[in-house]
Amino acid sequence: MDTYFSMGGHAAYIWPSYLVAAVVLIALLIASWRAVRAREAQLKTLRHARRGGAGETE
Amino acid sequence: MHRFANPTRFLRIANAVLPWTGGLTALLLGVGLYLALLNSPPDYQQGETVRIMYVHVPSAWMGMLVYLTMAIASAVALIWRHPLADIAAKAAAPIGAGFTIICLVTGALWGKPMWGTWWVWDARLTSMLILLFLYLGYIALVNAFDDPNRGYRAAGILALVGVVNLPIIKFSVDWWNTLHQPASVIRLDGPTIHPDILLPLLVMAVAFKLFFITVLILRIRSEIAAAKIRNLQLSLARG
Repeated sequence: MDTYFSMGGHAAYIWPSYLVAAVVLIALLIASWRAVRAREAQLKTLRHARRGGAGETE
Repeated sequence: MHRFANPTRFLRIANAVLPWTGGLTALLLGVGLYLALLNSPPDYQQGETVRIMYVHVPSAWMGMLVYLTMAIASAVALIWRHPLADIAAKAAAPIGAGFTIICLVTGALWGKPMWGTWWVWDARLTSMLILLFLYLGYIALVNAFDDPNRGYRAAGILALVGVVNLPIIKFSVDWWNTLHQPASVIRLDGPTIHPDILLPLLVMAVAFKLFFITVLILRIRSEIAAAKIRNLQLSLARG
């Protein structure tokens, strides 16, 4: 197991590579997901506030 | 293509596709990581560091592919005034910047043990750094105006001008002396790397593409909602 994680002595380069990729991709996914939820919720509230008006066409 | 021009129709199709691209991304990332980290041989010259390639090369391809997508969307928006194309270009930019950052950082982490240096100012590395600056410039420009349409126009022109960098990146290893190794997968005479190393590379590349599509759909949805919010607020303000 230890020999596996040491990656032939290059552990200090290989594991951080995968870590950086994981951090960037997960951050992109979470930020995008949260923005969608926040904006779609705001849109819903605004439509409620407008109910009874001219009615927005999509 | 104009059938997808309508945001409502786009959203219906995109939301139907989303669970599939999301699920397939997770599945292929799982398979790809298993092959890359556990079930592939060390390289005969580079030893275990070849495993860095399985994130480095797919993210480099994505950095360029996402830029091409962004530029095509910008061209469609500038020529045909297609509102969804503007939104798609804006939604793609941060994803492309993310892949380019992964490429640059993993490249440095691979360069140190193999070349003895984190960075050299040669054509391949410098043109890839310029790609990151093009993404950052696009993101800054598209958000720089109160009127989103002016931002889309200015940033779209930047995206188109920046396309000249893509062939420079691709052929930099042939045109100039460099520490970077030449192409071994996308070449006219076919791939020159061993199938045991090629397979995890291709699985990771497809997984990254599906990740891009998944996050792109989320971001386009977000931009469509933002545009509708702007319109509603305007009409509310008018009373």
